[in-house]
Amino acid sequence: MQLIQRLLYVAEQDSCRVFGKPGTTMLAVLVSIVSLGIVAQQCQAIVIYTGWERHALVGSDIRLSCSFFSWRWTSEDVTFSWTYRPDGSRDSISIFHYTGGEAYLDNKGPFKDRLEFVGNPGRRDGSILIKNLDFNDNGTFTCDAKNPPDIVGRPSSVRLLVFEKVPIQAGVITGAIIGVVLGLLVLVVVIYYLMRFLVARRVFSLNVSKHGKKKKEGSQQRQGPAPPADPSKVKAAASEKKKQESRKDKK
Amino acid sequence: MLFILLGVLLLHLVILILLIVSTAASAWSAGVDKSTDLWYHCQTTSGSYQCKHASNEEWIQAVQALMILSCIFCFCALIAFLYQLFRMVKGGQFFFTAIFQILASVFVMCGAIIYTVMRPDEETITHFGYAYVLAWVAFPLCLISGLIYIVLRKTE
Repeated sequence: MQLIQRLLYVAEQDSCRVFGKPGTTMLAVLVSIVSLGIVAQQCQAIVIYTGWERHALVGSDIRLSCSFFSWRWTSEDVTFSWTYRPDGSRDSISIFHYTGGEAYLDNKGPFKDRLEFVGNPGRRDGSILIKNLDFNDNGTFTCDAKNPPDIVGRPSSVRLLVFEKVPIQAGVITGAIIGVVLGLLVLVVVIYYLMRFLVARRVFSLNVSKHGKKKKEGSQQRQGPAPPADPSKVKAAASEKKKQESRKDKK
Repeated sequence: MLFILLGVLLLHLVILILLIVSTAASAWSAGVDKSTDLWYHCQTTSGSYQCKHASNEEWIQAVQALMILSCIFCFCALIAFLYQLFRMVKGGQFFFTAIFQILASVFVMCGAIIYTVMRPDEETITHFGYAYVLAWVAFPLCLISGLIYIVLRKTE
């Protein structure tokens, strides 16, 4: 049992390097069980994810998210650090550091008393919350995460833009207006043809006839008791007039 | 009869072209070396053209939408006119054509009015551009064309 546990531990720690090595069949089987789904994997660096750009209103709070992907299990020595570079400046200052299970926030810089750690290192989340934004907070925030022994990685940056009024994206309202009007048009046309279809099927008791077609029946209630020997020409003219009236009513 | 038909068709094509040019050309307002709205804000500085996107405000997007809708409706009116010309029975009215054309003229009017009212006052923008004038010219033509289609009846 202990041997199996030790083999599992070794396989797990060295799953990066085991690929391609000739080993015993048992080790190969254990490794393949452990690295299910990881087909032809190579040792990849740690990959850090943040947003690309964040828009916020003056005076509001914003949560900058940072998470990472690593082939190794999350170690206890995982570290997160955030640095800030103001717009137009070339220097960046460090504003947040999480290490050894403790978060260290900025207590001297521009974010003094405004930062809060809202991440969950156990779940690979190193997000921070910045409160009460100001126009001076425009800039680039860079998150760097390390998951020992997986430390090779590229930090990821998110740009913060603080607005007085959040601008609406180009084309949103345009597309919405066009979509609504065209949708209404399609709806009206569909309803029109549906009514015509239903009238043709004599579901409705409307005395409506189509162009060029002579419909002798129709509601007798609207026209009153019609004598059976009516000339069809008079009836067609009367029904056409009624149809135009009903059209004008609809429109 | 043929002349009336050709005249009406020509008027419709002219209106369509006016609407398309007015929508697509980015020259609703102009200043010295500058033309802006609806889509781009272009400046000619020392021989070169510098363009950036027009402002994303809600009223500009509404004007864009209304102008595009008027082009679409005018085009649909043309299609409906040609269809009803060849497929309708004698004595029928060009119903859909008239409706679409009148709706197109209403949209152009709304768009031009919104633009006139909401245009910001800037010193560098001195006068209205040609696309704005074309929109206002297209509106009465479109309305007249729609009214013609209401009274027009197919006789041959």
